[in-house]
Amino acid sequence: MKSLLKHRLAWPVIALAALLLLNQVFRPDFMSLRMQDGHLYGSLIDIMRNGAPTILIALGMTLVIATRGIDLSVGAVVAIAGAASCAYIAASPEPGSPVTAATAVLIAVVAGLALGVWNGFLVSTIGVQPIIATLVLMTAGRGVAQLITGGQIVSVSNDSYKSIGAGYLFTLPISILITAAVFALAAVLTRRTALGTLIEAVGINPVASRLAGLRARNIIWIVYVFSAVCAAIAGLMISSNVTAADANNAGLYIEMDAILAVVIGGTSLAGGRYTLVGTVVGAFIIQTLTTTVYTLGIPPEVTLVFKALVVITVCLLQAPKARNLLSRFKAAPKPAAKEAAKEKVAI
Amino acid sequence: MNEIVPVVEMTDIAIGFPGVKALDGVDFRLFQGEVHALMGENGAGKSTLIKALTGVYTIDSGTITVLGEPKRFSTPGESQAAGISTVYQEVNLCPNLTVEENVLLGREPRRRGSIDWKGVRSRTRAVLAELQLDHIDPGSLLSTHSIAIQQLIAIARSVEINAKVLILDEPTSSLDADEVNQLFRVIRDLRDRGVAILFVSHFLEQVYEISDRMTVLRNGKLVGEYLTRDLSRMSLISKMIGKDMEALAELDQAPARTRASNGAGVTPFIEAQGLGRKGSVSDVDLSIYPGEVVGLAGLLGAGRTEIARLFFGADKADEGTIKLKGASQKIRSPRTAIDKRIGFCSEDRKEEGLIGDLTVRDNLVLAMQASKGWARRIPRRVQDQLVAEYIEALDIRPANPDALIRNLSGGNQQKVLLARWLVTHPELLILDEPTRGIDIGAKTQIQKLVNQLAADGMSILFISSELEEVLRVSDRIAVIKDRAMVAEINNDGVSVEDVMTVIAGGAQ
Repeated sequence: MKSLLKHRLAWPVIALAALLLLNQVFRPDFMSLRMQDGHLYGSLIDIMRNGAPTILIALGMTLVIATRGIDLSVGAVVAIAGAASCAYIAASPEPGSPVTAATAVLIAVVAGLALGVWNGFLVSTIGVQPIIATLVLMTAGRGVAQLITGGQIVSVSNDSYKSIGAGYLFTLPISILITAAVFALAAVLTRRTALGTLIEAVGINPVASRLAGLRARNIIWIVYVFSAVCAAIAGLMISSNVTAADANNAGLYIEMDAILAVVIGGTSLAGGRYTLVGTVVGAFIIQTLTTTVYTLGIPPEVTLVFKALVVITVCLLQAPKARNLLSRFKAAPKPAAKEAAKEKVAI
Repeated sequence: MNEIVPVVEMTDIAIGFPGVKALDGVDFRLFQGEVHALMGENGAGKSTLIKALTGVYTIDSGTITVLGEPKRFSTPGESQAAGISTVYQEVNLCPNLTVEENVLLGREPRRRGSIDWKGVRSRTRAVLAELQLDHIDPGSLLSTHSIAIQQLIAIARSVEINAKVLILDEPTSSLDADEVNQLFRVIRDLRDRGVAILFVSHFLEQVYEISDRMTVLRNGKLVGEYLTRDLSRMSLISKMIGKDMEALAELDQAPARTRASNGAGVTPFIEAQGLGRKGSVSDVDLSIYPGEVVGLAGLLGAGRTEIARLFFGADKADEGTIKLKGASQKIRSPRTAIDKRIGFCSEDRKEEGLIGDLTVRDNLVLAMQASKGWARRIPRRVQDQLVAEYIEALDIRPANPDALIRNLSGGNQQKVLLARWLVTHPELLILDEPTRGIDIGAKTQIQKLVNQLAADGMSILFISSELEEVLRVSDRIAVIKDRAMVAEINNDGVSVEDVMTVIAGGAQ
């Protein structure tokens, strides 16, 4: 039990479970799932579906943060991807055909790729600080998206395109499946190759990594491209869900939720060791919080404060200092001192 | 001189950090109108003493008097107010301000509440002229000047403050010969006007050129205070490293090693000619043959690590050439060096070696994995084999590949870093202080390993502050002094004393 509590994912998982339990108490049908027309429905499914774009972006953000970076431009990339695909569909001669939808998806992903290359170029080659480098695109990106949409909200009606964000496959929402696929891809890409270890090495000690022969530039480039592509896919989901591209509001502040998800999940903003599973749990916590606010009937004015309270609690529980305090509080003073002494000897 | 009151008198100073006594019972006196050199190897306590005097560190015990008045500095401001001014190696002025703004920063003459810019200009001109630096435009941006000029401007600032004590901490480390001469002219000028100057430098010759008196520290303790003209270079070095001539002479000499000699017709693995880098080292001519151990001897800070970094591409050389196996090569980055089969164990394990939060396994295969690229992961089976093999061969403890490397002891960390390079099968292995701070057992193991690797045909560049150790393992010894290579000695019955003579004497 004690060693389980020491696991880095322990507190995020406990926090998520507690939140879900809280909802269950106030709404006994919270956990129930039901089938309707071959589709699975239920609050849990809603949380996953609504949280899908945040999870996607947080996955990319995790790798960026692991290299000591940060990507503030993801919200802008969401807007550009949605704008580009919707503008293409709206302008195409056959706005309803699946081929048009497929091309639109391709355009959005390629746009994401290009934007990621730009961020990666600024950070790895020019050496601009990540927060500044991505701030450039965060600011300019919304403008670019507005240029693409001509300042209007572009609505499209294309059933294939709509299914990305709102469709179902094998009884599950497609957006959940896409997110699961990207998660699997990221896990395989980083843990089946050496990418994960090298990302961590660069994040933990860049100087030593360079002297060990690592080409940090390539690794940093990869994570920014991955992050932007994740954001582009999230942009497709968001615009498809509402069948419209809103250059101003699509993905607004989503970078903040993503960074929060990463931190709540247990990856340090100082870089180094990261956990993708932790990030997914973190994103779920954030999404569940939003749902909880509605369940508990908390007035909207208090919502953000409530969110902040939960976030700070989870972060505090993960901080070594707070943990030490807690364990001292729980254990009788004598054995605790002995344990500390033992640990010192071991080191 | 005894009747003259020292400008600064520090008595029985002690400063401790967790686990270390940085200064222990040190006395130090500084008189008006002298240049006083503070000598000692890295870690001897020179910087700590300076920081005690400038109020950066608070002393644990002892007394400081300035002009006969007892003082207790707890901030740099208090020390400055007492007339002590410091010029650091990295100039601590504002590069984005002009020369005159820097000289008078915080003390600008005012007229009716606003800054009197005309006054600023004329006072700056006056002080620059006083130091014969009138060629410097007071209105130019500080950043447009070289480091040397910036240092002179920092000195001008202390003159303008009317400082009684001027501390120069490694002021010459990035200056060329002309710039040093200019600096020395200014220093002598100030000394003649009665300023007490504390001078710290790794360059022995400069210390002998400029100083009147010196205080030697070793391991945080005072060795003694001497008049420069009474202390030979030889005795200075032995005081700094803590070995008497007599004791050194009595030391048993390790048997001279006989190994692959560099006979005619054999191509050296690496051949450097006139290798150098501005502000770092110059004129390095050094060849290392396969199966040969070349030791770098010299005081700490003489430029040994800098040479290693040039060989490994950690810093780019801007003069001279490197040939590898007879072919001209440019080593632009560590990565190029590794591709050319060179490995480098840095002296700074923590900052430049360890990836602390990763496991022993990850650390051990890092260089190998890096050269394969991220896409071709070394299969876990192979990793396990390699790690198990080296844990056993080097006796790494705990023998747990999944332990985080930061939890290992220094000696075991060092062994993992050695293993990191050994798995890449380098042809040249550069070991910078591989035995520093590790226990005697691990030390002997590493020395044995070096012997064995060379016997198997590897070229090794061995750097250590312990001359005995260098003599024990090396076939040939290159002597480094004042950022240049001054001699090359074949290790056939050479004694520690011989090497020290060369270090003290300069070029042969």
